[in-house]
Amino acid sequence: MSVSQRAWAPPVRDGLGVGIAAGLAGLAFGTSAVTAGLSVAQASVLSVLAFTGASQFALVGVIAGGGNLAAGVAGALLLGARNTLYGLRLSDVLGWRGVRRIVATHGVIDETTAVALAQRDSRDARLGFVTTFAATFVCWNVTTVVGAVATGHVGDITALGLDAVVPAVFLALLWSRLRHGNRERWVALGGVGIALGTTTFLPAGVPVLLAAVAALIATLVASTRRPETLVRAR
Amino acid sequence: MSLWIAIVVTGVGCLLLKVIGMTAPRRLLDDPRVADFATIVPVALLAALIGLETFTVGQSIGVDIPRVAAIGAAAVALTLRAPFLVVLLVAAATAAGLRAIGVG
Repeated sequence: MSVSQRAWAPPVRDGLGVGIAAGLAGLAFGTSAVTAGLSVAQASVLSVLAFTGASQFALVGVIAGGGNLAAGVAGALLLGARNTLYGLRLSDVLGWRGVRRIVATHGVIDETTAVALAQRDSRDARLGFVTTFAATFVCWNVTTVVGAVATGHVGDITALGLDAVVPAVFLALLWSRLRHGNRERWVALGGVGIALGTTTFLPAGVPVLLAAVAALIATLVASTRRPETLVRAR
Repeated sequence: MSLWIAIVVTGVGCLLLKVIGMTAPRRLLDDPRVADFATIVPVALLAALIGLETFTVGQSIGVDIPRVAAIGAAAVALTLRAPFLVVLLVAAATAAGLRAIGVG
């Protein structure tokens, strides 16, 4: 295959499309972070080190609400734990070892996983992963800085509707899961109920953590229904 | 906990979580409950975050109409399978537009 044919292969196209789009949301992150009181440096460090959108937005949300920082960090890490699951899947599919695996590890997020797992073979998965990682990393970090710096000059975040972008990002991430099945919808409902029910009397960040109880209940219910468990009970 | 500590712990913590996933033995997934919980927990958390952003103003239950409308518009865009960026633009434009005409 010639170089020009490889350059626009599906994994590269997917990777660029997803990566750039997701990366541009960094603008909303940079803006939210500075509005919440972080410095440009703090927003940048978060984007470079954590490099996982939902966790970053969640932490910034707690900071903005003046809530318990420890709870905010815990919530961010709990959200980040899904990248652990992705890694378990990806390390097989990508099959890298040594330095390449170490570097690739930083890029394990929703978008890179989605593109990599959608490809047909290991070689395309690697290409998709690398493209998505590169595109997302560059765009996300550049726009974080742009958003953070520009916030000082942009008069009103709410006038531009940028405060609505954050929940929209969460909704987009959740959407495909909600279409999955009833169980996901019930857990989502449970999560919302727990959070809204406790937010008036618990410090910011804690209601979100409590919402994980809905997931715990769903897991325990599912495990009691599992065939192995039923057989043992008999 | 100072802000910098929270940021660094979050950043390094998130990185470590990725490292664990990429370097851990597959045996971790052998207990179905672990995998199950880890798969479903983001649903609960993301839903909680969306619910809080939509139906609270500060620490109390309340409705900011332009924001609620923006999230609703995002939901419509998602139903219509709009690309990610379009969904974000729709949300921002809805909120901005409603506020511009004096709603909320």
